[in-house]
Amino acid sequence: MSAILTAESLVFSYGAMRVIEGVSLSLTRGHFCGLIGPNGCGKSTLLRLLSGVLSPSEGSVLLEGQPLRDIEPRARARRIGYVPQQQSRVFPFTALELVLTGRSPYTSRFRFETSRDVDIAMEALENVGATHLAKRPITELSGGEQQMVVVARALAERASLLLLDEPAAALDLKHRAQLLGALQRLREERELTVLVVTHELQMLDASFDYLLAMRGGRLVAEGPSQDVLNEKTLAEVYEDPGVRAHRVEGRTFVWSEG
Amino acid sequence: MTTGGRLLVALAFFFVVVCGVTLLALSTGYQHIDWNALRTDETARTIFFRLRVPRVALGLLVGGSLAGVGAALQALFRNPLAEPFTLGVSGGGALGASIAIALGLGASVAGVPLVFLFAFAGSMASIAIVYRLASAGSVVMPGSLLLAGVVLNLIAVSGILLIQFMTDYTRALQILRWMVGSLDVVGAGLIWRMLIFLVPGLAFLLAVTRDLHLIAMDEESAAALGVDVRRTERFVYVASCLIVGVSVAVAGPIGFVGLIVPHAVRLLFGEDLRIVIPCSILLGAAFLVLADTLARSLLGASELPVGAITALIGGPLFLLLLSRRQRYTAI
Repeated sequence: MSAILTAESLVFSYGAMRVIEGVSLSLTRGHFCGLIGPNGCGKSTLLRLLSGVLSPSEGSVLLEGQPLRDIEPRARARRIGYVPQQQSRVFPFTALELVLTGRSPYTSRFRFETSRDVDIAMEALENVGATHLAKRPITELSGGEQQMVVVARALAERASLLLLDEPAAALDLKHRAQLLGALQRLREERELTVLVVTHELQMLDASFDYLLAMRGGRLVAEGPSQDVLNEKTLAEVYEDPGVRAHRVEGRTFVWSEG
Repeated sequence: MTTGGRLLVALAFFFVVVCGVTLLALSTGYQHIDWNALRTDETARTIFFRLRVPRVALGLLVGGSLAGVGAALQALFRNPLAEPFTLGVSGGGALGASIAIALGLGASVAGVPLVFLFAFAGSMASIAIVYRLASAGSVVMPGSLLLAGVVLNLIAVSGILLIQFMTDYTRALQILRWMVGSLDVVGAGLIWRMLIFLVPGLAFLLAVTRDLHLIAMDEESAAALGVDVRRTERFVYVASCLIVGVSVAVAGPIGFVGLIVPHAVRLLFGEDLRIVIPCSILLGAAFLVLADTLARSLLGASELPVGAITALIGGPLFLLLLSRRQRYTAI
């Protein structure tokens, strides 16, 4: 099993505030990993560091053994697809136009997308079940529909590693299952690796190979999902003795009694 | 149709519009000029080539440049109401130019009039302040950006009033006339000197349309797709200062061209910035020349300030956009 991405003792601060304090991790090719932890613990910042949008002040990120900072940004974008949690939606671009920007790392500066790029973009929309949104302005889409569209853009990049920041937060049950199913299919077809930041602990253990848990800018637990989704570990991660975890039919249901 | 095809259709369409407006502007004026007379009549030739052609050329250059900058600033700040005038960049340039006029700096440095350089510096100061405000937090507050622009404009106008008050009568009048915005100048020499600023400015803008297209959707996603956001910002800032500085120095602070024109292009050909920016340059050229033709023909012998005409069309449109918030979520 080879690692597609490794991070070595990452440190990062916004101004004087240290957000990431020495995180090391390794993502195995073809694995689905979940990143969990309380609000403000640095999950999104860690994802930005892994995507190359931010650079760590100490430590380094290696993509297939090569330092991320040495990889030209557009080449990096062909290998890592990153979907931020919050995105601005000001101008009424169509959903297809947004998904097509996923092809820009393959298109030179003064050229436009080809009809093949349009096909790839439409296929990506189909993967997430959003073909019907192609011509709609993104400013008129619901939160869940917007999420499907931005995930489709990441798929259109045809990257082998996806970093998704709460991609399912606004999705209904059916579309959540559809998104997960699409990612599973792509894993089988292309050995896709996915790291997902999420608060939806329920969806994790049935479909994820590995979980990482953060608190206060550090990784405090990691391992196969059963090793992390238990009352003792979760109580430590969330600093909440009221956490209850219950295993039913191979899934762990988690809630807090406060 | 592919995006490339759409761009070609749009460019062809706006090129025809520019040609039509240019012909109209050249044949309109207080002095009626017969096209045939140009070959024989010396007076007609003088009016046509010394006055009308430079004036139309100036209108094309200034209008196109301002509209291109407007489209780029809207994308960069993800704010449909951004343009040189509303962000205070024109105001800063006007203050710089007023200082130069008041000091009587008619001189040139290496062929570039000092007024240009002062206006450039003024625009630069304004955009530096806007930039500081825009980058203070990770999220740009669209409202505060425009508010800052309004305040910068007020400061600039107060500064200009103060200069007018302190300087002598002729120079004060000179500043006042120039402040309203007019294309009544010039001579071909000045136009060539303007090109030293405008050509690199427009080249900068056109070089980063792809990046601006991605930034207009979302800054962080653009960075993830390989766009160097900070470098694109610097390109747009330098281009804006070069273009706005020289336009303000020559024609005064002409407002709202950079606001209306990109929106008109969007309505016709969609949101893609790789189409919006080049087409805004063409439509902006046509729009300002048309406004100027109206300015010098509506009242017969006397002439209206073109800046007043663009503001009278653009101001209400600004308010209309403000009232249609649901189309643009970030106003």
